[in-house]
Amino acid sequence: MSTPIQMMPPAAPKKPPAPVQKEDAMWLQKEMINRNYHELGVAHDQGRKICATFVPGNLNELVMCFDMARSLPETNALQNGMRKKSGKFIMDAERDGHSEDVCTYVKSDLGMLLNGAIGPTGEPLPAPDLLLLSYTGCFTFMKWFELVRQKYGCETVMLHVPYQGDGRVSKAMRDYVLKQITREVIPALERVSGVKFDIDRLRQYMRESVKAEEDLVRVLQSAKNRPSPIDGYFGAVYYIGPMFTAFRGAPEATQFYSVLRQEIDERVRQGKGPITPDGELTEEKYRLVVEGPPNWTSFRDFWKMFYDEGAVVVASTYAKVGGVYDFGFRHDPDHPLESLAEYCLGCYTNLNFPQRVDMICRYIEDYQADGLLINSIKSCNSFSAGQLLILREVEKRTGKPAAFVESDLVDPRYFSAANIKNRLESYLQMIKQKRAAAAVH
Amino acid sequence: MRTFIGIDLGSTTTKAVVIDEAQRVLGRGITNSRSNYDAAAAIAKQEALVNARFQLFREALSVSGALADRLEEFLAQLERDFRLEQYLEQLDDLEATCRRNAEGPRFGTAVAGVLAALEEVFRRLQDEAPSLFVPGANRKSDFFRDIAGAQYLAAGETVAKEAGVRYDMLLNVFDRSIIEVENRVYGESIRPHLTAALERTFRAMPETAARGDAVRSPIQGILDTDLEETYVVGTGYGRARLPFSKEHIRSEILCHGLGAHVMYPSTATVLDIGGQDTKAIQVDANGIVESFQMNDRCAAGCGRYLGYIADEMNMGLHELGPLAMKSTKTIRINSTCTVFAGAELRDRLSLGEKREDIMAGLHRAIVLRAMSILARSGGIKNEFTFTGGVAKNEAAVKALRQLVTENYGELTLNINPDSIYTGALGGATFAWRAVVEEGRQAQARS
Amino acid sequence: MNASSIHPAGQGGALQEIVRRCEALYEDLHFESVKRWKAAAPGRKAIGYMPVYVPCEIIHAAGMLPVGILGGGDQLEVIQGDAYYQSYICRIPRSTLELGLTGRLDCLDGMLFPSICDVIRNLSGMWQMMFKDKYVKYVDVPQNYRDDVGGDFYIHEMQVLREDLGALAGRPITDEALRASIAVYNENRRAVRELYAYRAAKPWQAPTSEVYLVLRAGMVLPPEEHTALVRAYIAAADALERPKRDNARVVVTGSFCEQPPLGLIKSIEMAGCYVVDDDYMLVLRWLLDDVPVTGEPLAELSKAFLHRSASTASKYDDKREDKGKFLLQQVKKSGAEGVIFAAASFCDPALLERPMLLDVLSAHKIPHTNFKYAENTGQMAPIREQTGTFADSIKLWSAA
Repeated sequence: MSTPIQMMPPAAPKKPPAPVQKEDAMWLQKEMINRNYHELGVAHDQGRKICATFVPGNLNELVMCFDMARSLPETNALQNGMRKKSGKFIMDAERDGHSEDVCTYVKSDLGMLLNGAIGPTGEPLPAPDLLLLSYTGCFTFMKWFELVRQKYGCETVMLHVPYQGDGRVSKAMRDYVLKQITREVIPALERVSGVKFDIDRLRQYMRESVKAEEDLVRVLQSAKNRPSPIDGYFGAVYYIGPMFTAFRGAPEATQFYSVLRQEIDERVRQGKGPITPDGELTEEKYRLVVEGPPNWTSFRDFWKMFYDEGAVVVASTYAKVGGVYDFGFRHDPDHPLESLAEYCLGCYTNLNFPQRVDMICRYIEDYQADGLLINSIKSCNSFSAGQLLILREVEKRTGKPAAFVESDLVDPRYFSAANIKNRLESYLQMIKQKRAAAAVH
Repeated sequence: MRTFIGIDLGSTTTKAVVIDEAQRVLGRGITNSRSNYDAAAAIAKQEALVNARFQLFREALSVSGALADRLEEFLAQLERDFRLEQYLEQLDDLEATCRRNAEGPRFGTAVAGVLAALEEVFRRLQDEAPSLFVPGANRKSDFFRDIAGAQYLAAGETVAKEAGVRYDMLLNVFDRSIIEVENRVYGESIRPHLTAALERTFRAMPETAARGDAVRSPIQGILDTDLEETYVVGTGYGRARLPFSKEHIRSEILCHGLGAHVMYPSTATVLDIGGQDTKAIQVDANGIVESFQMNDRCAAGCGRYLGYIADEMNMGLHELGPLAMKSTKTIRINSTCTVFAGAELRDRLSLGEKREDIMAGLHRAIVLRAMSILARSGGIKNEFTFTGGVAKNEAAVKALRQLVTENYGELTLNINPDSIYTGALGGATFAWRAVVEEGRQAQARS
Repeated sequence: MNASSIHPAGQGGALQEIVRRCEALYEDLHFESVKRWKAAAPGRKAIGYMPVYVPCEIIHAAGMLPVGILGGGDQLEVIQGDAYYQSYICRIPRSTLELGLTGRLDCLDGMLFPSICDVIRNLSGMWQMMFKDKYVKYVDVPQNYRDDVGGDFYIHEMQVLREDLGALAGRPITDEALRASIAVYNENRRAVRELYAYRAAKPWQAPTSEVYLVLRAGMVLPPEEHTALVRAYIAAADALERPKRDNARVVVTGSFCEQPPLGLIKSIEMAGCYVVDDDYMLVLRWLLDDVPVTGEPLAELSKAFLHRSASTASKYDDKREDKGKFLLQQVKKSGAEGVIFAAASFCDPALLERPMLLDVLSAHKIPHTNFKYAENTGQMAPIREQTGTFADSIKLWSAA
């Protein structure tokens, strides 16, 4: 027998598929995302301009000031991944000359463009009028928009967010970002949209942001309860969606987070566990912190491996990729542009290694986690390069065990269910065994 | 008597270990994993239980002293005879299965010819069977598929030629039938086979027959002892497919760590290089896993890599190590990537490098990968236990010893000849702990 | 490499001597020359830096030796370094860590990590955690090229480095010292430009396998010494007539960080290519002309960076039409007939850049080929075959 991996897909019982369980807020966010795709599809017909930008360091409130529709290429790629469309796009992009070694978000995006730019929901995704290159925490962003620009000639404006190499934000860094916003980004947005910048409008959006941010933090921190009422990784993906994409600052996002917060508060009151696609998790056996983005092509299968074993993710770094709010940062309507600069500089992937380790150790402590699981993503060197040091360092500092699995963002070729399940189970059993040993000895 | 069993369902072979109440290893069994995991697990377990009976024979007979210094000779003969009995039964089954599969419309008018040829082939196989189990007979493998397959291919070719039947038809029939046969367990046959084998052994060693009852009665006593399968724990890559409830399944990491600890109680670090993956495990003084690392998604440097190299060199897997041991010069091989290994190998050969030197370089390259995974898991601490198929390869062991000394200083390196059973032993020990320490009872599959 | 086998006996003794010296420096993974330099005077310090570019003038002005760390090549066995990286990450961070963890970089008092990509960026933080007693700095460079925006930021970054190194040296770095160092590096860059011009004019006289080694010497030697070495090499190479072959003239690009092994560099030549330009050690040629030695030194360094520096994949191209411009100039200036895009496996910047550059080359009808390597690539035959075919096809085209 030479290919055991292919021969052993997880044995799925042949039951009629139960309806997927979601919280009300999850349905709401899905509706918002779909509506945004529709808005993008009809933007040009309605005389609106489109701005594409990245999730970390996105200046959503600012872009809204120019009445522009917002397209997030990472979200497009992950939505295509979840809808099983990315595999073909990636292969098409590779046939078009892109290396098998590089980020599959980029290749999924370029492959989608090669295939006629139909968005994940099936509606056309028109070419953006402006690429706002928020170069925050990920080197690939820079190349990604250069590639899109090269092929489609879109106007591009760079917002270079310097890295926190020394583990702090200096005045020079803040000034640099601020100057780029005022001297490069705003003029470009004005030019392309034809709308004059109004700082009071920005302040108004930011007031909305602050409210939503408060609620989001409250929701994410609810995982400190036992049992945790949420999953802070798989579930959090739904919670961070509006905040990290086209909705931060919009009143509907504020409303979303208010509804979500009420739901979660209620779950806490009732002592309930998180909702999974197969229903509520009734017994919380393991509490984990996860580092690294999820895999999108097998998102549900991956999640199932956790909840089948009673493992709940209580905190994740991925849920901070579009902004680290849980340590106090809020957008500031009184200093709107300055706070945008501050926000960009503080995104998780813009933190240096010692900061990342500190954050994870703090999560393990604050959320009383049993250990750290790293999902190492092939595409994402910003996250992945050096994660094995994080693993070792966190183990050393917390005394809690850590484990390592590998997958990719949207490349279905790089998700081996048997392999990941094997490691995850071994890890959870190890935690269990250690607990038993600690109880005996 | 109560027994505790661990079954390690690996990607190529399935292993089982039986221990008793005092945690003594009674028996070990191994079989090829085939495509049917249930059958593989059942057969490995049965093999281990048979092996356990032989161990119990040994103990009972040495107590009675009936065979004095011929005990081992007798037991070896008995085992060969037992294997022969088993083989003959499976051969009969194979013949019947082949006949069934040959009938029907598939071969059209050729059916009669095929059936006649089959009869002749199996007649020859029956005739040749005893010679396969004489002392010192060289069998390539102990698995029925391999032994019968080799015999069948050889006899089939001659018979096909002589009878004017198409050889590929015979092959076709065999391929269909062997899968069915190797997935049957023959659980009921063990006792009659042992009894029949005993008679054969007495015929082969007439002087022992003279002591008839003194030999027979301890054996009968063991045969009458019920080996109760008190608790079974499954592990290994295919564990999720075992027909066990969750309580009876442990990850192979945990079992490996514990198995190594049972073999060498001072083990602190375990390295296992198997066909599909490489594991580095740190265990505490009780055999509990403290941390582990496996090779990442890239299988570079696993046993499989050696398989590719063997194919590329047109050599048997077991010939690689001895060839590498002849090396006199160090060559640095940079690629442990199975994809590039062939290219680099050909490149080196074309540059005129010697095969043995290249082989030594390749073995070192594999061990270097393992060293990285060990470093990831927290390094190597004393004592260090090396397990898995690659631990049988002397060139890999030599490279490991050298690199360990260079990087971690002098420490004890344990390699057990039975290291292939490490995971199963860990499983058996977990089974023992579950019952004896935790007071559990066996559970049906949930 | 055995230099004597290249040159006829009795001739080119000086050349042989230079190449042999450079080769010894290249092969020395224990950085003995750096140790010797430090030992020659009390209190001397050395600062390592990774590709692609750091302002070495500031290190030099602090009285320290800048040391270029370009990975471990194909002679370093990587064990510990591998423990920190997944299989899909390039090799240079592994071998650099190996050098550090095995004590080979103990002679360095600090390490600078320029903004090349996320892997090297993250390595800066790893280095902070793993080598706590060393000075470690991530050197960000602006991707905005306005003097009042990116320039201000960059000047500030350099000022921080200046103050840090001043503190490490025990005395502040004066403007005079900076100007003097700028002059030293202007001279070094001039010499390197002369070498490239000489090779482009007479590639058979200055094979890349030698030129490469001479440039590599600049990673460990003080710049003044390196300048002299480069000029001595040009003179020695020119003094020895070597046979001119019918090779294709190519630019090698994409190799700006992790370096190909010397064997690969030789293979390209053996396959019938004269390399007339490359991007192997851009730090030596990053600033394209002299930096004024009058005025505010950091401001001048910043202006040179923003407006008169080389282009590479780690640097943002402000406009679509800027993409590939620098490479086209290289091709034109050196009279190349084709481009070999040789990138390290898993090198994000190079491999993401590749389709864009190849598009530009195709649009300008410049023949190109591409392959990947690692610093320890062992198999040369496929590369020889590919570049050989490429060279042949160029000759066919030019004959047609």
